[in-house]
Amino acid sequence: MTTTADSQDSQAQQDLYAGSSETDEGRVFTVSGQDWDQIAEGLSGDDEERIVVNMGPQHPSTHGVLRLILEIEGETVTEARCGIGYLHTGIEKNMEFRSWVQGTTFCTRMDYLAPLFNEATYSFGVERLLDIEGDIPEKAQVIRVLMMELNRISSHLVAIATGGMELGALTVMTIGFRERELVLDLFELITGLRMNHAYIRPGGVAQDLPAGALEEIRSFIALMRKRLPEYAALCNANPIFKARLEGVGHLDLEGCLALGLTGPPLRATGYPWDLRKTQPYCGYEDYEFDVQTWDTADSYGRFRVRLAEMWESLRIVEQATDRLAGLEGAPVMVADKKIAWPSQLAIGSDGMGNSLDHIRHIMGESMEALIHHFKLVTEGFRVPAGQAYVPIESPRGELGAHVVSDGGTRPFRAHFRDPSFTNLQATSVMSEGGMISDVIVAIASIDPVMGGVDR
Amino acid sequence: MSGSDDKTPQGGDPADKAPDQRAADQSPENVPAETAGSDEEVRVVGRRTGLFGASGTGDTSGFGGLVAPIVYPGAVQRPFGGWYDDVADAVEQSGPGAVALTRVVVHRGEITFHVPREHLAGVVRALRDGEATRFELLSSVSGVHYPEDAGAELHVVYHLLSMTHNRRIRVEVSVPDADPHLPSVVATYPTADWHERETFDMFGVVFDGHPALTRILMPDDWPGHPQRKDYPLGGIPVEYKGGTIPPPDQRRSYT
Repeated sequence: MTTTADSQDSQAQQDLYAGSSETDEGRVFTVSGQDWDQIAEGLSGDDEERIVVNMGPQHPSTHGVLRLILEIEGETVTEARCGIGYLHTGIEKNMEFRSWVQGTTFCTRMDYLAPLFNEATYSFGVERLLDIEGDIPEKAQVIRVLMMELNRISSHLVAIATGGMELGALTVMTIGFRERELVLDLFELITGLRMNHAYIRPGGVAQDLPAGALEEIRSFIALMRKRLPEYAALCNANPIFKARLEGVGHLDLEGCLALGLTGPPLRATGYPWDLRKTQPYCGYEDYEFDVQTWDTADSYGRFRVRLAEMWESLRIVEQATDRLAGLEGAPVMVADKKIAWPSQLAIGSDGMGNSLDHIRHIMGESMEALIHHFKLVTEGFRVPAGQAYVPIESPRGELGAHVVSDGGTRPFRAHFRDPSFTNLQATSVMSEGGMISDVIVAIASIDPVMGGVDR
Repeated sequence: MSGSDDKTPQGGDPADKAPDQRAADQSPENVPAETAGSDEEVRVVGRRTGLFGASGTGDTSGFGGLVAPIVYPGAVQRPFGGWYDDVADAVEQSGPGAVALTRVVVHRGEITFHVPREHLAGVVRALRDGEATRFELLSSVSGVHYPEDAGAELHVVYHLLSMTHNRRIRVEVSVPDADPHLPSVVATYPTADWHERETFDMFGVVFDGHPALTRILMPDDWPGHPQRKDYPLGGIPVEYKGGTIPPPDQRRSYT
């Protein structure tokens, strides 16, 4: 914030960081903490109601490091624009300097609430270029579905929890995070990590399920069937909750398609578009589930779609668990030893690492295995030149990786079509003409994850 | 990367080459593989030399003399099969005259239409509105920088989805680095707004007719376009006699 010379003398001396200054755009206030009185006082002499407010990027209600530039008249928003890029970390560029397998480690950090989906769409793209889509073992596909659906539940829980928090419904937040913790515990058990798993990899998954995982998942399903109705009881008919959400952030089917919105906002218009049904991947055609829709095209509809989708995900998880029970000992990685990650991984007390048995084998018994391991890990495998785009249905909508190879051992280019990025474009349409408080609701109903928006 | 080292391939400068590698360069088993002989048509855009991407770092692997072409799937001829031909008809009839496609590539079950940039706006409008095409949703716009594709270095790729017919296609437009202009498709697909801004931000492609083509992910005053292959990357200084870990594109690494 710049202050002019004369105002520096009078005001900035009181508070260096919170003052006001005259610019040719009008008077500019810098707010940092509990000095709203100063602003109210400063504005009291003005007849003009028009204020431009910079909300975020460090604001608790903007769903992450999202900056909103709101032009308001009184409490009515006349113009809303987004400033993004505060979490841009150049993941796509970084991936160009790592091997194809290492790419999963990077892209899993994009949409950090749905890491397994990032890995999955990237892996599907690489597998298509490798032309091994038909060779992925059944067990790997079932585990992928299982993990993605568990991840969908945890992601929707956070969407509802943080959305509730931003409305002031703190109980919704605490119970949402309570249940999400259970899913993260399952992830920790299976992948070794609570987030950023790098578990789904080109060719299959990193390792088999540990002993006892299926029992844990079954007890989780049973528990969730008891807990999910709590959300319905807290929210569905809650008059305050409904009053805040109903009719807010309205966007119909035409608007969704024009602005590229997919996922719950699209299904809340009543259009049952779900890539798991319409363009099945990873064997989703073998599972029984229904596409959930709502017909109000508003924030309440999106909330109800998410709530209903968690039930459907539980159904899929249950079916996947049953199928896995019959697949004990089956391979979880493609048979081609020139692609499959050579090491055997095991979960130790400090997370996932190389299995000691495997180390003993390659270091003590087989020089060839050691060389093979070394070449595949340092050099990696080559992927035939070309490009592929295999989108999947992430909790937020269509997530796809445009993977380009020049025939080398590293991605030539990987671009992610992140649903948060695309959906966030609807901010202006959803919130202009409404109240400031409704901007928060509209954005929460899109559920953008800034890690995915900025990548 | 294979893109940047073409100017200084292994063996280009005799001073930094070991003699035994130069001999390997000339031996017949290291002649680039024939690409025309295979039944699948391919497009050669460059060549890959040695085992490691960087040059001048003393490749001691013994593979320094390897030369291999970089080939992409080539154009296919009609009939493309199934609904591909219907869409191709719609694309070709979308202009006032016939739209001459640069090429059509079918690879791994995905079809890509390479469209000359002057026809892009008309083609996407026809693809969205045509009865037989109905590509209602523009999924994504992404840029790719091929420094070796002379005269068409910058590619912009549009992923289109028809929910009516449940089909996906790709439309690809290439522009030369010296004149990186192509028409914006925001008028047809409003969702392209941020995607085109991102592509401009990352590659410096200018979308003419975009309502507000500004940077979106990088700061407004950022110099350069980071996703380009020639974007300078930073090394890491280390506290040992002024040493530096070279930038990732200059390190010795497999490509």
